[in-house]
Amino acid sequence: MSVALPPRKTRAIDRINPVAKLAAALLLAAVLVLTIDWVSAAVALGFELVLFMWAGLSLRVFLWRTALVWLAAPSTGITTLLYGQASGKEYWSFGLVHVTDGSVDLALATTLRVLAIGLPAVVLFITVDPTDLADGLGQIVKLPARFVLGGLAGMRMVGLFIEDWRALGLARRARGIADGATLRRLGNQTFALLVLSIRRGSKLATAMEARGFGSPIERTWARRSTFGNREWTLIGIGLCVAVLAVTISVGTGSWNFVFA
Amino acid sequence: MSEGASGAGATVDANSWGWRHSGRRRFAVSDLTLRIETGDRVLLLGASGSGKSTLLHALAGVLGGEEEGEQRGALLVNGDIPGSARGEVGLVLQDPDSQVILARVGDDVAFGCENIGVPREEIWRRVSNALDMVGLNLPLDHATSSLSGGQKQRLALAGVLAMQPSLLLLDEPTANLDPEGVREVRESVGRVLAHTECTFIVIEHRVKIWQDLVNRVIVLGADGGVLADGTPSEVLMAESLALTEAGIWVPGIAHSLPARPPRPAPQTALLHTENLTIVRARDVIVAEKIDLIVPAASAVLITGPNGAGKSTLALTLAGLLQPGAGRVVANSVLAGGAGTDPIRWKSRQLLSRVGTVFQDPEHQFVAGTVRGELAVGPKALGLSPVLVQSRVDDLLGRLRLDHLAEANPFTLSGGEKRRLSVATVLATQPQLLVLDEPTFGQDFRTWQEIVALLHELIDAGTTVVAVSHDSEFVDAVADYDFHLNGHDAPHSVRMVRS
Amino acid sequence: MHATTTLLGTPTTQRAPRNFRWRVVDIVVASVIGVASGVIFIVWNQASNPLSGLLSPLLPGLSALLGGGWLFAGVLGGIIIRKPGAALYTELLAAVVSTLIGNQWGPLTLVSGIVQGLGAELVFALFLYSNYRLYVVLLAGAGAGLALGINDLVLWYPGSASAFATIYITSAIISGIVLAGLLSWFAVRGLARTGALHRFAAGRDSRAAI
Repeated sequence: MSVALPPRKTRAIDRINPVAKLAAALLLAAVLVLTIDWVSAAVALGFELVLFMWAGLSLRVFLWRTALVWLAAPSTGITTLLYGQASGKEYWSFGLVHVTDGSVDLALATTLRVLAIGLPAVVLFITVDPTDLADGLGQIVKLPARFVLGGLAGMRMVGLFIEDWRALGLARRARGIADGATLRRLGNQTFALLVLSIRRGSKLATAMEARGFGSPIERTWARRSTFGNREWTLIGIGLCVAVLAVTISVGTGSWNFVFA
Repeated sequence: MSEGASGAGATVDANSWGWRHSGRRRFAVSDLTLRIETGDRVLLLGASGSGKSTLLHALAGVLGGEEEGEQRGALLVNGDIPGSARGEVGLVLQDPDSQVILARVGDDVAFGCENIGVPREEIWRRVSNALDMVGLNLPLDHATSSLSGGQKQRLALAGVLAMQPSLLLLDEPTANLDPEGVREVRESVGRVLAHTECTFIVIEHRVKIWQDLVNRVIVLGADGGVLADGTPSEVLMAESLALTEAGIWVPGIAHSLPARPPRPAPQTALLHTENLTIVRARDVIVAEKIDLIVPAASAVLITGPNGAGKSTLALTLAGLLQPGAGRVVANSVLAGGAGTDPIRWKSRQLLSRVGTVFQDPEHQFVAGTVRGELAVGPKALGLSPVLVQSRVDDLLGRLRLDHLAEANPFTLSGGEKRRLSVATVLATQPQLLVLDEPTFGQDFRTWQEIVALLHELIDAGTTVVAVSHDSEFVDAVADYDFHLNGHDAPHSVRMVRS
Repeated sequence: MHATTTLLGTPTTQRAPRNFRWRVVDIVVASVIGVASGVIFIVWNQASNPLSGLLSPLLPGLSALLGGGWLFAGVLGGIIIRKPGAALYTELLAAVVSTLIGNQWGPLTLVSGIVQGLGAELVFALFLYSNYRLYVVLLAGAGAGLALGINDLVLWYPGSASAFATIYITSAIISGIVLAGLLSWFAVRGLARTGALHRFAAGRDSRAAI
């Protein structure tokens, strides 16, 4: 999603309160990290893939946005394969590396876990409008409004930061220092971005204060954040998937409590 | 809650008031005694450093508490400490981008109302009234990031008006806007003043814009206190000399513009384009079919409507942006063996060929001191330390930056930053100088200096390409005016020689 | 405005008492630092992901050496804002930006953000939010690094062999000290010189009145 621009509100998934999306994703993730086994993750993943089709996301966009997840999963898996706790038959060892039955199981489990947690998060979150999220956090979760809205205002500046970053890059080319020495130049550019951002932030703070922000007056909310049937349904779905995953995992005897 | 639109404007009382920002030795404002009556429309003038902005920030209650500065005397709005009645005072600042708070137009205007506790139904009513008043007729879910500068300033004004303040403060609201934006904002404010009775104070250094809307002019002295206070005609007549010295554009005064010396007709084209298409990031086509010739030792000004792509064109000519189609061709003198396509030149090769001055000088700063900043270019060229030193000293003197040699570039004033950004580019003595809006937001003194400097450079053989929406600047400097039209009309060139 | 009105000609010279209430400028600048760091994370993440994807299987646990880039926000926020909760808030916001744009950790990014932010926050709290000298900053970086190490091991590398775990945590701590602690220290000094921090104590500490 573009952090600065409001997305279209056409599909069902766009209209669900972001707080519900966050809750559902966290719920699922919390359950999945309680166990280290591939069955629970696989079950969850299976149901998720079915639900994604309902969400109405095109395959191309889906793959593009979830690219990092697809890259990270096997990488985590291979790391665990090589360095996971050794148990059972050993297949290969070299220095600190021990590929064993145990580590194969663990690797499969962590790979599937990354997918099962990461994919739905992307699908849910790319349809989130930050202003709606802020409204939800302030009105429903009742987090302190000053911090939520201050965070929102900062978030809106992402677009400006990206423009600044480009201009800074061009300026360095014009100043004759853009050939080579990449790390140093990027460090210099990053620092310049920080300077510009903080100055923008200070000016924004003055502008917000000038509109009465931060005063002790009880604030009202222009947009109502609702939490109704749609939201509870989503959380319910998340809960069902989590429960199913746990049940099947315990049923097949592969539940492996992480703190055991 | 304030009585705003239905009630009378606020009164302002200052009694030997002074403020010193912590971390500074000097008082930003000192010994200020004045009274502004309800419904007054005031234009606040003064040299930079006379504390006008500080006064407005203090009235709005945004200067900060004890740990941020020291106050002397008293400053009261409607008999109370400023800031004690939220929503009573509205402040619009100079930078359009830093005042946009939320992503949608309606939400941004509603923000102020939310903060002062206005009930929900009332909020949206006020929002549409405010937007009508400033003439911003856009859907409430329009993205704020795609607004022009003038629209953003009007949005900020609407956001402030929705709170129904009794004191409206504008701190150089049109300084960062192009002529169209300036017109829009002025019209909006005119409408507001006609429909409400709020007290109004505006700071600006182009007096003509506000002259007809104000009934009082107050001039702050650079060393504290009030220099002049009266009706516009009185004060402007009496203090016109002092004001012009201070860099203010006083209407009716024939500003002594540096005369343009006669120049011989140029023979060669230093740079030209062939059917150029310029693009912004991600291949968004900005303008097409550009055939532009830049003759050696002349000044070509690029003008055109907002969003036509003037900056993009300038950066493409300077070898910083990739053309979408067509070519930019440098002649053999400019190319000097590096190939005719500027975009292919290495960064170091650009230094002695093309110098680019960006619209926002802060984007260019790479060093920690002014002296260091000036030395970056020559050092990158590999010049000997002695030569680097002499060039740096020369430029420090020429652009009156000597007393700032060890200061950090970001701590300079607006005019000083502009001079520094031009100086850094001159340090490598490029053949072609490309400037993007060099007189943007500058006061009269800096404006004069830049024009005089450019005349000197062109006479010495440097070629200048500049983007500007400042028609006086175009008249003063240009030999040719390349007008970049939008997608509907072809581009045109006219000669501006005297 | 809460400035006190003093008698003419008698400026107050005593230092105002430490105020731990967050001003609007504290909240917005913390948010800006968090968001800017989040954008830098994302660039860093996209660039280093293929790299660390290759590296991490080869170098047991050393991939955590790159972890400091994720901890920068919290420590920097803590040093500049100097109020309770600054490190936590800044790190959390950076995590929110990363989550909303999409990354491989999903909602657990928020958990990481909180845990890592707390790692730095606890160190600043230990020094009563009054000491921001170099050694405290480095310690905060180490704290954040330790938090990152534990967080990753529990969530993403559970059941690792103890050698791997030890190396991972040690690398994370080192990375925290260097990338989050030392870099933030220099960044703040540079920022103070540009005048960008003039509304903060961090900006006024290292500059004489001009």
